[in-house]
Order: sequence, then C-alpha cells, then structure tokens
Amino acid sequence: MKRLSSLAELEKLRKKIVSKQKREKITIVTSVGTCGLARGAGEVADAIVKELKRNNLQNEVSLRTTGCHGFCEIEPIVVIYPEGILYQKVQAEDVKEIIFETVLKKKILEKFLYTDPLTGEKIAYEKEIPFYKKQYRLLLNNNHLIDPYKIEDYIALGGYSALGKALFKMKPEEIIDWVKRSGLRGRGGGGFPTGRKWESTRRAEGSLKYIICNGDEGDPGAFMDRSIMEGEPHSVLEGMIIGAYAISFGRAQAQGYIYVRHEYPLAVKNLTQAITQAKEYGFLGENILGSGFSFDIKINRGGGAFVCGESSALMRSLEGKAGEPRAKYVHATDKGLWDQPTNLNNVETWACVPEIINRGPEWFASIGTEGSKGTKVFSLVGKVNNTGLVEVPMGTKLREIVFDIGGGIRGGKKFKAIQTGGPSGGVIPEQLIDLPVDFDALTEVGSMMGSGGLIVMDENDCMVDVAQYFVKFLEEESCGKCVPCREGLRRMREIFERITSAKGTEQDLVLLEELGEAMKLGSLCGLGQTAPNPVLSTLKYFREEYEAHIREKKCPAGVCIELISYSIDPKKCTGCMLCAKNCPTGAAQGEKKKPHKIDKKLCIKCGICYDVCKFDAVKRG
Amino acid sequence: MKREKEMDKRELEQILERYNRSQGQIIAILHEIQDLERYLPEDDLRFVAEKLNMPAPQIYHIATFYKAFSLKPKGRHICNVCMGTACHVRGAPLVLEELERKLGIKAGDTTPDMEYSITTVNCLGACALGPIMVVDGKYYGQMIPSKVKSVLEQTQKPIKGKKK
Amino acid sequence: MSEIKIKIDGREVTAKKGEYVLEVARREGFEIPTLCHNEQVSQEGRCRLCVVEVRWKEGGHSRVVTSCLYPVDEGLIVETGSEKVMLVRRMVLELLLARNPEAEKVKELAQEYGITQSRFGADTEFGKCILCGLCVRACREVVGVEALGFYMRGVLKKVGPAFAEPSSVCIGCGACAFVCPTGHIILEEKGAVRKIWGRSFEMEKCAKCGRYFAPKYQLEWISSKTGVPYQQLAICTDCK
Repeated sequence: MKRLSSLAELEKLRKKIVSKQKREKITIVTSVGTCGLARGAGEVADAIVKELKRNNLQNEVSLRTTGCHGFCEIEPIVVIYPEGILYQKVQAEDVKEIIFETVLKKKILEKFLYTDPLTGEKIAYEKEIPFYKKQYRLLLNNNHLIDPYKIEDYIALGGYSALGKALFKMKPEEIIDWVKRSGLRGRGGGGFPTGRKWESTRRAEGSLKYIICNGDEGDPGAFMDRSIMEGEPHSVLEGMIIGAYAISFGRAQAQGYIYVRHEYPLAVKNLTQAITQAKEYGFLGENILGSGFSFDIKINRGGGAFVCGESSALMRSLEGKAGEPRAKYVHATDKGLWDQPTNLNNVETWACVPEIINRGPEWFASIGTEGSKGTKVFSLVGKVNNTGLVEVPMGTKLREIVFDIGGGIRGGKKFKAIQTGGPSGGVIPEQLIDLPVDFDALTEVGSMMGSGGLIVMDENDCMVDVAQYFVKFLEEESCGKCVPCREGLRRMREIFERITSAKGTEQDLVLLEELGEAMKLGSLCGLGQTAPNPVLSTLKYFREEYEAHIREKKCPAGVCIELISYSIDPKKCTGCMLCAKNCPTGAAQGEKKKPHKIDKKLCIKCGICYDVCKFDAVKRG
Repeated sequence: MKREKEMDKRELEQILERYNRSQGQIIAILHEIQDLERYLPEDDLRFVAEKLNMPAPQIYHIATFYKAFSLKPKGRHICNVCMGTACHVRGAPLVLEELERKLGIKAGDTTPDMEYSITTVNCLGACALGPIMVVDGKYYGQMIPSKVKSVLEQTQKPIKGKKK
Repeated sequence: MSEIKIKIDGREVTAKKGEYVLEVARREGFEIPTLCHNEQVSQEGRCRLCVVEVRWKEGGHSRVVTSCLYPVDEGLIVETGSEKVMLVRRMVLELLLARNPEAEKVKELAQEYGITQSRFGADTEFGKCILCGLCVRACREVVGVEALGFYMRGVLKKVGPAFAEPSSVCIGCGACAFVCPTGHIILEEKGAVRKIWGRSFEMEKCAKCGRYFAPKYQLEWISSKTGVPYQQLAICTDCK
C-alpha cells in the first residue's frame, strides 16, 4: 500500500473500495467487542468462518466482525445483510442452522429473534427494534458497518474526508471557529467548550504542543469510550489529527497521545492497529496527504488508577510519574504535559469532530438544547431491561431513555432513582425523571452529566448503600495528596459504616454535610471536589432512608447486611431442602417436605438460599 | 519455575531498549516486567531505576501507586471480581464474599499454596454482563454466590488453546 | 517584572507579576497559616490551610484557592478570612487533629482556630506525619540526594526511603528533620553516632572546636560533588 500523497488519491481510493464492497451480496455481521467476546462471540465468529468454508460460500457471503453494536443485553448478535435480519444471543452451536436456513434458504428462524418486552412481539429486522429505532446514532451507527482492523471499511463510509477538507479547504482558525460555533462541549464530564480550549492552546506560547485523548474512562458503569475505541478507532484518530492541525499548524510542532486505561486491553490493541494502518496510508506521520502538516500519535496505557482520568494527573502519568493532580491555576493549555501547551479532550469529544467538519457547525448546533449541542452516548446499566449504549440528542428526557429505549425496570420492579455522573454525580429521583439530559439541567439538581454512565435503580436498592459505595470507591482511588479528600473520604466512610450497622446518629448526618462542604471547597482536584455529590444528593432526595437507618435501625430496601435478616415463608416453602444443601453454615435447616427455618444465630447473610430457592420462599428484609 | 538471575537482567535490558530507556514509558515497562514475572520483584525495580537514572524512591512510588502493579507474587489463577456500580447494584459484594469464603483469603491476597489470588477491579466496562468475574482471562457473567463453586471448578480443568 | 495592584481584605497593595498571593499577603502583614509551605522548596498545595477566597470583579464569582500557588495579577481581590475560608481551615485542622493527636504544631494551630477536640476518632498509627512532603522536597531540591519519597496512595500513603528500607544514598544531613513542621522525623545523636531513617552515621569532629557536627559520609559526598577537599569541609559553621 503506497502512502496517499494527495486528496485526489484518497478520493480515488475511496471510490475503488466502495465499488468493490457493492459487489458483495450477502454479509453476515457479528460484534466482537469486549461484551460480545465475554459471551462467546469469538466462538460464534469462528463457527461462521468454518461453516462458510464447509459450504463453499466464501465468495458469495462475507463475514464482518465489528465492535459493539450497543445492545449489550442481547449479545452475541448476528445480523444478516442486505435484509438486516437480527438474531440475538447466538451461540457457536446455532451457526450451522442459521447459515443453512437463513443465509441459504432465506428462512427466518423465530427462536433467535428479539422479543419486545413491552408488546411481546418478535421483531426480525434490526432497524425496527425499538432500542435502536428510538436513538439518534450519530457516533455509534457505523459500529456495525466497520471492521476495526480494516481501515478500508472506514474510508468506504467517508472516513478521513473531513481530514482532507480540513487540510486543504480550511485554515486552522476557521476550523477552530467551526468547532466553537458547533457548541461542542467536552464529553468526559467537564463539559468545557471544546472550541475555546482549542483556541487557548493555539494562542499559547510554545514551539511544541501536545494533543491528548483521554481514554481513561474510569466511571464505573460507563463504557461508551470503550466501544468507540474498540469499534471505530479511526474516528478518534481523525478527530485528533484535525485538532492537531487546527491548534498547531503554522505555529508549533505537535505530538499526540492516547491514554487508555489499563482495564481496556482490546481498545489498546484496536487503536494500535488503527494507528499502524493510518500511518501506512499516510494519514499520520510526515507530510500528511501532501499538506505539509506532520503529526504522530503514541498510545500509553494506564496503571489502574481512576484519578488518572483527571487531566493533570493523566499528564503526570504520561510523564512517568505517579498520578497526583496539581493545581490548575495556570491552565494546561498554557503549561500542561512537560509544562508545554496541551489540549486534552475525551474520546467521544474527538469522535464528534469529523462530522462537524463534514456537515458544518450549524448542523451540529441544530441538535440538542441551547446549552448542550449534539448527541451524547450514554451507557444505560443497572436494573433496566435493555442494558447497553444509548445515543440520543441532548435534551432527551430521562424518562424516555429509561422506559422507551431502556424498556423499563427489569423484573417488573418499581423505578427508584437514576444515578448520573459516576462518583462525581448524584441521584435523580422519580419526581425529576422528566429532566432533559443537558449539562446545566443536571448540575442544577445536584448531579451532573459526567461521562455518560446512567445507573438505573429500583426499590431494592438502598440509597445509603449507594452513597457508601461511592465513598468507598473514591477512598480507594484518592491519590492522597490533599487533606480534605484523603482524610475526608476516610471519615465519611467511617460514618457510613456506623449508619449501616445500626450505630448511626443524627450528628452523623450533620457531620456528613459539613465534611461535604469543606471537601467541595478545599480539595485540590475534581475528584475530591465532587466526591461529596453522591452523599449530598442522596441526603437531599432520600433523607428518610438515612433516618430509617438511624432512628429505626432498619434498611427499608433490604440491602444493608447488618440491618436485614433472612427468613423462610412457611406457606411457600415446599421442603425441597435446596437451601439447606447449599447453606455454608447450616443455618438453613429442615426436614424433607417440611417447611424450613433459618437459624439467625448461624446465618451469615450470604444470600445463597435466596439465590437457589425456586419457590420464592426466602424473604430478605 | 525460577529463571536464571543472569537471564533476568538481559531480558530487562531488552525491555528498556525497546522503550528507548525513556522515563516517560515507565508504566509500560513495568507492565511488561510484571507480565513476565507475575509481579514486580524489588531487584528488578532497583535495576530499572538505576538504568533509567531514576531515584529509587520514585520508582517505588510508581510501583505502589498504580493498582495494576503488585510487589508480591500472585497466584497461578487470578480471580478478578468487578466492583463497578452496575455490578454492585446487581449483587457483586455477595459474590466477592462467597469467593473469599471458598478460597479462605480476602481480596488482594493469595492462597498459601500460591494457586489463587483474588483481585478486585473498579469496572471492566462490560456492565450488561454484571456481576462479572474474570478468571484466567475468561469472563463469567451474571454471577450469583451459588455459581462461584462451579467457576472455581473450571480452573481445575486443563486450559484449551487460549484465545485473545 | 512589572508592578501591579491587588486588594487584600479591602486594602490595596502592590505586588509583582510572577508572585503568589501568599508571599504578597505575608509581606503586607496579613496572617495566613501554612503547614506544607517552605520558602526554600517548591510549593505543592497539599495541606490546604493557606486557602483564601479570590475574585476578579467586586461582587463577581469567587473561588477558594491555595494562596501558595495562586499567581497574582492586576485587579485581583483576595479575602483571607471569609466564611468559606474558615470552614475549610477548621475542617482541615479538625481532620489533622484526629490523624495526628500527638503533633503539638497541629494542636497549636487548631487552638488558634478554636478547635480543642476533634469529632473524628483519634488515630494511633501515623505518628506526627501530616504527609506535607517537605522532607521529600528538601531532600530532592535543596540537598539533591532524593533519598525520600511518597509511596502507596490515598489513605495508605506514606513517606520514607525507597522500599521502606534504610536508604543507601542518604547522607545523614538531617535536612528532612530540620524542615519537618511537626517534628515527626527523628534524628538521634549520641556522641559520635547519628541515627536517622534507620541508618547510623559516624560523625566527624570539627577540626577547630572538636564537637561532632556532621556525618563523615555527608562531607565525603559534598567533597565528591564540589571538588572541595574533605579537610576544608571538616570545619563546623560556627568556626568557619
């Protein structure tokens, strides 16, 4: 493959690839992102290759392995084009039948079809599935059309045309102006206007500028960036190259870094491969497409530290130091990585850039709300039916996301709250579920957009336990540099331990609030400053739950172990002895065919009897 | 199986060369060493620090700051339990407790016979499958305490050709 | 360096660009407490005691920042004792009082802010170390030996020599003990031997007055770094 050295050559290549792809008649697509692989998608893909070979179909039918399609709940997914027939939860042993019946005989196999939980209807076609239909999949749509190891797939869809336009038809200042006018705000949690950041970095003094992609996605429950890095890595690269050009060309040299968290090995692999191919084709390296602009990108892996998602800690980590943040009174755009002007943006933010250049800032600004433009990818997880990645225009109501797209609460339980913004965010209770997803609207109620994790909770989730979870998480992840965060989180955890073990007092709530205020004002970085949010927001909307723990020594949701007990309902118990057989301490006791009992003195509340009982006879509360 | 001390140092030098002896690449360098040795021996750390002109307290800080690194040898089978929010609300703590009970050790520790280590991770990003446990690189989703026993039994079986 | 005007607690003062709020304030007689600050080393903003409230416009949006690291510029408005500032300072002191109940310096400062007791349980395992990092910075930036560092993170964070073992590069100069604000670092001297961070150092006698004044190893190290002959260095500062 000869390096492309002009825009004309790129367009010629694109036409060639597209015409070649048109000739392929049938394509089977299966997603092999981390989720799919964990459920056997790798074996499914292998089985498809084998079966196609066995039937001598390699020339008429092709297999495309892609990143996440976003509907994690029904993985492994197999989609057959051109019809777009979608089969869910496919396993390797199903492949033979699928190839024989559907690919060869065009027969749809009902047993593999997705069933809409609200209507009971079986749906055969991908585009008719409500989960997908109700989204606006700007960034995620291409995931099922692209094999992340094949740059040609990306080019065929128009990839790198934005880069061509930026390099040859626009000036750096114009590109920055477009990004400003688009209203794009940082997708990592900060929500800072991207165009302004680029402009500050361009204006800064310095002959070497750093362009960083923050792929440290540490918010537990968030995996949007993972699926973009795994499934469409070139969109991130293209965004970064355009950004680097806009920020540095004519003023400085530029060097790019992508910092990927340690827990995403597949993302590291796919990005590395993408960079290698981009270099081969001439989209990275010296004199890109003959424009005179040179830029390279390196990949750095994290070491397992949530705090390294904080931009100044990330930069220290890139410098080969421990990830301790530093004061940002002097902006990183002036003095960042190695004290050089540095522009850091999140994965999703970079991925938004190519389309803004292709379709123009007005198009992007026409989607969303006044203060929050464009679409946002959310990871919808927890007690919801349709777990997965949801992309919607900013301003969409939370209710729509949870119920229309998410299919409502699993197991028919009652919605209690949705947690947004990860450990920096707060809970949104039922009375506020018509709030739009918008940077400012969410901040106003004591939460925040964050990176996009949406954790759905039901009546069996204890808000005190949820707050305690985040406090413990942050205590472990705090770098320990400053007193308010390090000492404050530890003391908050002690208070929660008291509250959840029947030793809490009213004074504890007062102390939590005071600690919270001091941490918000006095902590060195965003981790400590936003750490009180889960505590303060659960206190705001679910104070009565805290008070039940303190005054009545009860956990109404039935979660806090020291405040609950397990018992067996004699009316439901059939005496099958399954609980007794599995009980690790012999607390569950009884004779065959007679109602069993749990000896509370021996019970360690492991919950195994609750798991194994087939008659719903074990009660927890 | 213990490798010869001589070979250790040559292999370490090779790793350092591959990263251009750059201090900025220290995390990647330590990942490679840990992948080979299953932990970061003090010897290796002191050697690397010397070769990179890095003061020993600095490398010690880095090796103890990042959770991915261990200064103590890990067991042959690593059981990694996800403690992310989504897994938490779906019952991950009870799964962890059962695992700790079955192996007789707490999270972060290794069994005396060096067979099993329990580690926790704050979100693997595969939340639809939660609660998740990763054992010997294999993902086990939808975990409940009563499934822990059968997952551990899988580790006793010989490993087939590993897929990456 | 250009002269600029800023306001501190309502009073207009002059400062130079490139200075930080703390040094300007102290020069002008305003009292701001610190624990992790020392003029001889770089600042890191670890203790948060020196916080002040700043704004750039009267009645405008304000921020609570550490004065040791906040650069001054024309028109800056500073409050050294606002409600928010006091809230942070008091909480920091209350937290430190619980963490290091034996540290007299912490008790003194806490008393100044009206805190005699902490609502948090007293720790016993941290001694007087408040993790200010002054010892680390002194050893690295002033002495140039870098025998000390932080290790672990979060609540497990500690300070000490590499691998928590006696350091082979330590020269026994005692700069760390000198700069430690709480007296946590123990420098023991018994006649001809000095003990610090788990190592013993043989002391050298001053060629003039005969008292033990510095470790032999430290003088050897200085000699090798500077080229000054050992004999010239073996004279204590009083006799020089």
